[in-house]
Amino acid sequence: MSDSVIRIERLYKEYVTDAGTVPVLRDVAVTVLSGEFVAIMGPSGSGKSTFMNILGCLDVATSGDYFLNDRDVNRLNRDELALLRNQVIGFVFQGFNLLPRANLEDNVALPLIYRGIGRAERLAHANEMLEKVGLGKYSRSRPNQISGGQQQRVAIARALVNQPKLLLADEPTGNLDTHTSKEIMALFTELNQRDGITIVLITHEPDIAAYAKRLVRLADGRVIYDGPVEHAADGHLEPTS
Amino acid sequence: MILAMLSEAWMAMWANRLRTILTMLGMVIGVGAVILMLAVGQGAQQQVQASIASMGSNLFIILSGSTTSGGVRMGGGATPTLTVADAQALEELSSVVAVAPSSPGTAQLVYGPNNWSTQIVGTTPSFLQVRDWRLAAGTPFTDSDIRSATRVALLGQTVAQNLFGDEDPVEKTIRIKNSPYVVLGVLAAKGQSLDGRDQDDTVLVPVTTAQRKLFGTQFAGTVRFIMAQAESAEAMPRVEKSINELLRQRHRIREGADSDFGVRNLTAMANTAAETAQVMSLMLGAIASISLLVGGIGIMNIMLVSVTERTREIGIRMAIGARGRDILLQFLLEAIIISVIGCLIGVLLGVGGALAVSKLSGMAVVVTVSSIIMAFAVAAAVGIFFGWYPARKASLLRPIDALRFQ
Repeated sequence: MSDSVIRIERLYKEYVTDAGTVPVLRDVAVTVLSGEFVAIMGPSGSGKSTFMNILGCLDVATSGDYFLNDRDVNRLNRDELALLRNQVIGFVFQGFNLLPRANLEDNVALPLIYRGIGRAERLAHANEMLEKVGLGKYSRSRPNQISGGQQQRVAIARALVNQPKLLLADEPTGNLDTHTSKEIMALFTELNQRDGITIVLITHEPDIAAYAKRLVRLADGRVIYDGPVEHAADGHLEPTS
Repeated sequence: MILAMLSEAWMAMWANRLRTILTMLGMVIGVGAVILMLAVGQGAQQQVQASIASMGSNLFIILSGSTTSGGVRMGGGATPTLTVADAQALEELSSVVAVAPSSPGTAQLVYGPNNWSTQIVGTTPSFLQVRDWRLAAGTPFTDSDIRSATRVALLGQTVAQNLFGDEDPVEKTIRIKNSPYVVLGVLAAKGQSLDGRDQDDTVLVPVTTAQRKLFGTQFAGTVRFIMAQAESAEAMPRVEKSINELLRQRHRIREGADSDFGVRNLTAMANTAAETAQVMSLMLGAIASISLLVGGIGIMNIMLVSVTERTREIGIRMAIGARGRDILLQFLLEAIIISVIGCLIGVLLGVGGALAVSKLSGMAVVVTVSSIIMAFAVAAAVGIFFGWYPARKASLLRPIDALRFQ
C-alpha cells in the first residue's frame, strides 16, 4: 500500500480511425499522492482530455498500468468501474452537466441513488452539500434558474456528495467569467486544504493553474513538465490555446 | 432503489408529456380494442351456447321423409310416416333417455276479450324432458291425459302474456278452435332459438288431443316428427344407428331402398354453430391483437428516440456511477409504466365501450375477467419486450461516447 491515489505507468492510448491508428497518449507516467492539487495543461490535441477521461474511468487505455486507490483499473469490469466512479471519483465538467429537469437537490442526490440510499437520507446529504457550496436556499430551483457559476457549484456539490477521495475537474471554469472562476477556484482550494480531497484539474488558463500546487504539462501526448507550479514560470504557464 | 428509479422514470415521462401520452395512446387503443372485440365475440358465443342449451342436449329429430308412390317421389315431410307407436318403440332402445312425438299445427286461442294465433304442438310429457323445459307455474299433463285425449294445455310465456297479461293462467279455461281447454301450467321462458324464432310463442297439448280433436289427420296416429334424447354425447352415433335400424324395420323398408324418414343430429349442428362463434371470437381478438402489437412497436420507437435524445444524460449518469443495469432499469421502467398505464386506461375504455355497444345496439357483450387479465398481461409483456431493446442499447453505451454525444 502506498498513499498514492493515482499511479500511472507506461500509459498509451491510440484511436483507430479510417486513416489509421492515431496515437494520443505516449508513455505517460504520473503518480498523484493523496491530498495533492494537480493542474494539467497542454495545447489542444495534446491528449489532456483523453488523459482525464482515462483517469475518470470513462475511457480505457490501449496499454499501460493505471492504479486508482491501489486498484488495477485494467482488471475491473464495467460494474466495478461504475462503482469506482460512484464512490472514489467526483467529476466536475466544463459544461456543468446537470440534469435540466431535476431540481438542485435531486441533481446533487443523483450519485446516492446508485448507492441504494433511501430518499430521505439522499436529500439530507444533498442539502448538506448545497449548504457547503453556499446554495442551500436554492435546493428546489432548477439548473436553468441559476447562474453559470452557481450551476458549477451545484456540480461540485454533486461530485462531493459521495465523499470521494479524488475530484476530477475538466476545465471547470471554461464557461465562466473571471470573477466567478476565482470563486470556484477558491472553493477547490478550500476543499483541497481543509478537507484534504485530492484534486486533478485540466485547464488552459495559467491563472487557474496557479491555484494548484503541482503542474503536469502535456504536449503531443507526452508529459513535458511535471513539477511545482511556482517553478513553471519559465513559459509553462503561458496560455495554451 | 426501485422507488428512486420509478420517480426518475416518472420525471422523464412528465418532461415529455405529449409524447408520453401519444405513445400511451397506442397501448390504450390496442388494449381497448382487444377487450372490446373479445367482449363482443364472447357475447355472440354465449348467445349461441344459450340457444343450444335451450334446445335440449344430445338431441335427435326424426322427420317424416320422402315417400314414393307410383313413381311419384314426394318431398320430405309431405306424407306423415311416423306414428306415436314408432315413438313408443324408440323409447325401448337402449341409451335413449326420452322420446317425444310432435304434431304441430296453428290455431287461434281465445281467452275473454283477448285472442292470439300461435303454434300448437301435440306431444307427450317427455317433451319437457327432451327439450329441457321447466314449468314456471302449474303442472304438466300426464300419460292419462294422453290416453284419454283430454283438453288441457301448457302455455309458453309469450302466449300467456298475450292472453292473460298479468292474470295467473293456471286452471283457467281458454278456447282453441271453439273448444274449451284447461290451462294446466305455464312453461318457463326460453328465449330465441338459434334461427331467431321466439320459442316461448307456443302451446303444448297432449298428442292424442291434437290428432283427434284439434287438427285431425287423414293418416290416423301419425306425427310430424319425433324428438329423441340420447343419454350422452358419446352414445349419439350408436343411438342414431339403432334408430335407423328400428324404424326401417318397423316401416318394412327393404334392403337398399330409401328410408321414409330422416334422422338429424341437432346437437352436432348446434356445436358447429358454437364452433363458428368461437372462431369468430378468436378472429376478432386476433385482429385486435395486431393493434396491440402496433402499440408495442410505437413504444419501442419512442424509447429509441428517447435513448438517443438522452444519450448525454446517460453519459452523465454513468460518469457519476450508474451501472449498465441501472440505466437498463430506468428505461425499461419507463416502457413498463407507459404500457401499464396505457393498459389500465385501455381496460377502462374497452369495458366502457363494450357496455356502450350493448346499450346502443342491443348486442350481447360479455367482458370476462380472464380477457382483462389476458389483455393486461399481453400489454405488460409487449411493453417489456419492446422496451428491452432500447433500454439495453442505452445500458451498453460506453460512458465516454455517451458523454461526448452532442
